[in-house]
Amino acid sequence: MKTKSLIYYALISSIFLFSLISIWKILVTLQGVELKNFNFEIIITLGIAISLLNLIIGEKLNYLIKSTLFAFIFTFVDGYIVQVMPVWYNIGIFAILIFFSLKINKYSQKYLASEHSSQIVIFDFLTLFGIVLFSFVILFPFYMMLITSFKTQAALLINPLDFSINFKQDFKELFKSYFVIFDTYKFGRYILISTFVSVGTVIVTLLFAIPAAYAVARLNFFGKNFLSTSILIIYMFPAIVLVIPLYTVFSQLGLRNSVGGLLIVYTATTLPVAIYMLQGYFRSIPKELEEAAIMDKLNWFGIIIKIILPLSIPAISSVALYVFMIAWNEFLFSLMFLDNPNSFTLSRAIQYLSGDAETPRQYLMAGSVVVTIPVLLIFVYFEKYLVSGLTAGSVKG
Amino acid sequence: MSDTLSKIEKRTAYILILPAVFLVFSIILFPIFANVWISFKEVGLKDIRIPEPRAKKIVKSIKDNPDQLKVIYKLRNSSLILEIRDVKFQDKLPKNIEPINLDERCRVKSNKIYCDFGNWEAKHKENFQILLKSSDGKQINKKELKTIKPKLTGKSDNILLNTNFTLKNFKKVFFQNEFFDLLSTTFYYTFFGTIGSIVFGILTAQLVNQKFFGRTFMRSVLLFPYVGPVVALAYTWELLLDPYSGTLNNLLMNFQVIQEPLNLLGQKYLTINFFGFDLKLRLALTTVIIFEIWRYFPLAFLFILARLQAVPKELYEAAEVDGAGPLQKFISITLPQITAVISILFMIRFIWNFNKFEDIFLLTGGASGTRTLPINVYEQGFTISDIGMGSAVSIVIVALLLLFMFVYFKLIGKRADEN
Repeated sequence: MKTKSLIYYALISSIFLFSLISIWKILVTLQGVELKNFNFEIIITLGIAISLLNLIIGEKLNYLIKSTLFAFIFTFVDGYIVQVMPVWYNIGIFAILIFFSLKINKYSQKYLASEHSSQIVIFDFLTLFGIVLFSFVILFPFYMMLITSFKTQAALLINPLDFSINFKQDFKELFKSYFVIFDTYKFGRYILISTFVSVGTVIVTLLFAIPAAYAVARLNFFGKNFLSTSILIIYMFPAIVLVIPLYTVFSQLGLRNSVGGLLIVYTATTLPVAIYMLQGYFRSIPKELEEAAIMDKLNWFGIIIKIILPLSIPAISSVALYVFMIAWNEFLFSLMFLDNPNSFTLSRAIQYLSGDAETPRQYLMAGSVVVTIPVLLIFVYFEKYLVSGLTAGSVKG
Repeated sequence: MSDTLSKIEKRTAYILILPAVFLVFSIILFPIFANVWISFKEVGLKDIRIPEPRAKKIVKSIKDNPDQLKVIYKLRNSSLILEIRDVKFQDKLPKNIEPINLDERCRVKSNKIYCDFGNWEAKHKENFQILLKSSDGKQINKKELKTIKPKLTGKSDNILLNTNFTLKNFKKVFFQNEFFDLLSTTFYYTFFGTIGSIVFGILTAQLVNQKFFGRTFMRSVLLFPYVGPVVALAYTWELLLDPYSGTLNNLLMNFQVIQEPLNLLGQKYLTINFFGFDLKLRLALTTVIIFEIWRYFPLAFLFILARLQAVPKELYEAAEVDGAGPLQKFISITLPQITAVISILFMIRFIWNFNKFEDIFLLTGGASGTRTLPINVYEQGFTISDIGMGSAVSIVIVALLLLFMFVYFKLIGKRADEN
């Protein structure tokens, strides 16, 4: 066993344990439990002690017994000697310790003596640490959004750290913010508008993009190369430089404040990437199929409908989902074009709500939950399709 | 034979591609050129409304005389600043009705009244009356009369279409707009946002490229910030960072990490004492950059992960046989494999962060030292209502963007030559 590896192992594993426990403590604090410090020294000392004990005991004890033993010792010291905490807090600590001891179980004296062991130890714990930390940092805002929408303004002002939800209260009381935004702020209407705009954009984009992508993929015409490179260059131009001219022209044409105007702009901004994705896929379809179709005297319309479309369902779905997501999340154009509350999209409606300083934040968060949930559900459910869309479209964002 | 075929092919291709090209040209390319035009003009937000002659029709019955009706048209010029020339008026009458004592500017022809009102200056208002009587003794149908709407036409100058140009806007952009402050903030934001998202992208991709329980779930979760709507996420962060009732400040104070709440989005500078030196950190800008990294590292992650998964496993196995440790493997196998992706990512993200508007707008609105060029476009155009100025800033953005793209394609071309 090398001393360097031993020191790395003991220190890093206990820092990892400390971070796990700190995250648990933060979550516990957010349930309204009074908890004032992380007890850095105590936990690090305990952590080092446990990791060293693990090495000393080695395989003399069954790993399950060993883990339970460690968990008991730690929970006892932390929960009864250092501070007195509710039972469920200690159950959490116990579970974390079980997890931690199972993770350090694989390190033995022999293991630490092997080559590069200190590096491997660091990498292992960094991985674990990364998983925990990234999940926490990413999910926390979403968690907060959801919880805040179930709280009341008064409760939030009294104790901003109390995230606990009283499930005993009336169903109507619990979902009050949602009732308010649907009744008073007409969010039902905004959901309909957002859905209409997004689905409309998907349909119109596909109608324009499929023939164009087919032509780029299959047919020979003058200016083809120029077109396919310019598609991507055009895509690089940001919405913010289009806003002023479009605003003036749309104002003069009376297209502002209309869902139709929004639809045109969304279609145009998503077309380049849709064409780019589809033509790539169309190229991969064997040409022989179309040659047979030409023999059968099908025209291009027939070829697209009868041969290309059925074969490219996966590509079309990913384009559709990607375009839907872009249109649903879009904010800049809806901010610029819509100033009549009757034609707001969801994003614009939430921004409008926040413009009034008096609006209680739980309404804002309820609105945010309403706009976020559909995209997240679609994303989780169709992840495979969306990821390819995201990768192709990721030059934008 | 083959000639006609290729002709047909060409024609088909143009038919298929034209709608898309037309749409993209009119919504994306046209505005970019229109920006150039507008940026050389002095145009305010109020100038872009086209003046319109308008009429409101009111039908009134006359006491003691049921056979006659009075129609009042409230006429006005909708514009407060521009005149309308050659205003022409037209209204239809139901069949059994004819006017009496018609105004001399008007004439009747086949049941229609035509009037020439000449020129209306800005803010022009007039009440114009017509007396009507029924020609066959029947009572006049008031409802029918009301539902017919008068038509008005007129000519007016459109500020956008005339050819008065000025360089004022550009002078203002460069000399009265704290231009270099804007530029440095934009670069600061862009550069650190890009670097940060790539670094976290590498870390997370490296993470997910290993086998562990819940790996697919982790991959989905990592993409959440990018997939979620920016409005919802920005407001959530605003709540999270609020100095008084925000969760983060309260947590930090609760665990005694800080004594005073930090106004993370509203304070321009934070002075940190570092070994006796006072360091000034741009606090709000840093916070905005962190949000930016949080939201966009998933893209870097996605790209890099895809590349990592394509690295042949044998390379790592061979390295292991040679006795390489994890760090060595990362430096001498993983990094060289992903440098190409990273350089592409860097350039793409750089361009996009440079143009980022929504995130900053929603978090700080451009206050406390977070004013970037895109925010300035919005401010000039819609807060100060100077459309010309906003366009001029847009032009600066487009020019810089073209410069970046030029460099980008130069580098990509070079890389292609090397391979």
